Amino acid sequence: MKNRRDFLKLSGATALGAALPLDLLAATPLTVGFIYVGARDDFGYNQSHAQAAAIIKKMPGVKVIEEEKVPETVAVQKTMEAMIQQDGATLLFPTSFGYFDPHVLKIAEKYPKVRIAHCGGLWTAGKHPMNVGSFFGYIEECEYLSGVVAGHMSKSKKLAFIAAKPIPQVLRNINAFTLGAQSVDPSITCHVIFTGDWSLPVKEAEAANSLIDQGCDVITCHVDGPKVIVETAEKRGIMTTGYHASQASLAPKGYLTGAEWNWATPYTEIVKATLEGKPMINFLRGGLKDDFVKMSPYGAAVSAPAKKKADDIKAQMLAGKFQIFKGPIKDNKGNTVIPAGTTQVQTDVVLEKMNYLVAGVVGQV
Amino acid sequence: MTSITAPAEAGPARWTPRRLRSVLFNGAAPALPTLLALAGTLLLFVLFLLVQGKPAGEACLLIFQGAFGTMFAWQNTLQRAAPLLLTALCVALPARVGLIVIGGEGALALGGLAAAVMPQLLPALPSIPMLLLMALAAMLAGGLWIALCGALRQWRGVNETISSLLLSYLAVALFKHLVEGPLRDPASLNKPSTLPLPDPYLVGSLPGLEVHWGLAWGAIACVAAWVLLRHGVTGFAMGVVGGNVRTARLVGLPVNRLILTACALGGAAAGLAGLFEVSAVQGSATSALLAGYGFSGILVAFAARQNPLAIIVCAIVIGGVEASGSLLQRRLDLPDATTLVLQGLLFCNLLAWEAITGRLAALKLRWQAQALAVPTKELPHA
Repeated sequence: MKNRRDFLKLSGATALGAALPLDLLAATPLTVGFIYVGARDDFGYNQSHAQAAAIIKKMPGVKVIEEEKVPETVAVQKTMEAMIQQDGATLLFPTSFGYFDPHVLKIAEKYPKVRIAHCGGLWTAGKHPMNVGSFFGYIEECEYLSGVVAGHMSKSKKLAFIAAKPIPQVLRNINAFTLGAQSVDPSITCHVIFTGDWSLPVKEAEAANSLIDQGCDVITCHVDGPKVIVETAEKRGIMTTGYHASQASLAPKGYLTGAEWNWATPYTEIVKATLEGKPMINFLRGGLKDDFVKMSPYGAAVSAPAKKKADDIKAQMLAGKFQIFKGPIKDNKGNTVIPAGTTQVQTDVVLEKMNYLVAGVVGQV
Repeated sequence: MTSITAPAEAGPARWTPRRLRSVLFNGAAPALPTLLALAGTLLLFVLFLLVQGKPAGEACLLIFQGAFGTMFAWQNTLQRAAPLLLTALCVALPARVGLIVIGGEGALALGGLAAAVMPQLLPALPSIPMLLLMALAAMLAGGLWIALCGALRQWRGVNETISSLLLSYLAVALFKHLVEGPLRDPASLNKPSTLPLPDPYLVGSLPGLEVHWGLAWGAIACVAAWVLLRHGVTGFAMGVVGGNVRTARLVGLPVNRLILTACALGGAAAGLAGLFEVSAVQGSATSALLAGYGFSGILVAFAARQNPLAIIVCAIVIGGVEASGSLLQRRLDLPDATTLVLQGLLFCNLLAWEAITGRLAALKLRWQAQALAVPTKELPHA
């Protein structure tokens, strides 16, 4: 890499007029700023982004700057501006969902030449600035597969899900996980506790203990950092499936598999487009087959039939032949939410307004 | 006590002009603990970085550069300081009547929420009257909440430090319940929030700056609080209550009313901070309001020794630490915890150096006694 850059610098210095702009581009690296709402090593959401940022760091012609624990206040606006003004960043990745409105939009309008790629998938054509883009992944596929594995491994047929808030994105994961488990055994129930916020380690540990006391034997979650939940479960001899990043190292015995983000895919695409001077990618989404999300490798405890069933469904998903939200589906109050014969495909916007828990989930929105 | 009648050091000190000494004491002594604390913090922080094998010199330079080095850095610092001015008053005003209130976060949340729902409750109004009504609602909500802590203490004997903290948790829970439930904008799918404020009700930046109006109003509130506390009869009466409640009762001061007023004013300040977070920053009430400004305000108020004017300075210092923490992360790849360590060292140093205040007072007494001791010694019947 170094040689190539040196060569380009050299050629930039002795350049022909026509080649000059290109060489200058290569000689001054593209400064890319990453902003995280929590700690980079939280074993969760922020770590999944930081891991991908580390991959971007290795790209030639790219300089990466990072800042962690930036709240969704004026602080993130100032951090974005500081990255632009003090470090010369021209591409920003503010990774927390809550950064978008109003913070990202405000800064994007103020600095129209800077590209801001936000994680969360909210960009709307005609409504939002063209230098803003958003990307997100369909991770419920991995949740479904985790549910399949959990359904196979559970003996008590009671699964547990610790979630932050009853918002569509979270409900979609809980439902996919439950439907996955029920595909193995329709009698399986999934017990949900909402903690109320994204990072409340004490409440998460209490919820984990309470659910284990109730007889749940596989536990999963949707909070920013699953660390304490996975550790608590391992200590109590219970199985877990992970979320955001891999928590396998925290639970060598009980970690079955997990739903992981693979942000390196959208990151690389957006950074490449910027390096090549192509227009900003405003809307980017993908699931398992697009490599936006991935499964943690199976843990030692996972049985062969569980692996086989999950792998079969995964193969169908990769081929684009598997749909999770396929009617008839009832919610846990007895109402039909997706009638028989209707299938809501992954990209269907109806799914983004999900406000129910499917039958078999114990808990309420 | 012996030192008063028999000075330990005889000689030179006796001959220092009394005037100079008193000027030195009255002027510098109150600031001395803070200055020593700042020096101590810097020293310990440099040591901390050196032990970790980090470039301490460069880090210190970056702290200064990131906080006050450029116009951008100044605005960054001031913007971060703005909410702290108001939340610090929520600690400093009750402190005047001897109460330690640490529940500003809850008052800020409720103030912000009250401000955010006003445009929905009222018919469309021009921007200024509506903003005034929103401010009123915010101050009322925050003020009542903190006044409740004062009332619980005066009439039920509940410790206000505990009750304000617990009430703050309650306020936050209530805030979340309302924002995620009855007051939720149905369109705010994955980020529950109240209905967005219409554009005319958004507060902009100060002219020529990129800092919102919250800074100006925060500074005005601090100056007003200072005038009230140091130059007003009510403020003096509050000081008497804070100094000794029994004395206050003895001289017939309305203790309960003064305590409730101080609490309500403090809460109103925090509520106002909520208004600016909603109308100048977020555009609606969301859980992003709960960014810990109420708790940082405690640090600022204690660092300012509960003096409203000093709050302005201390808020800027804390704002600067946060702004520079951002630069430290980006330039030196230091973790965010570096800022926390710096803030922690600052707080510990402030508390530790506070201890010398008593010694300084003793020293002052001794010097005064020395001045008196001259004739005493020579009295034949002493």
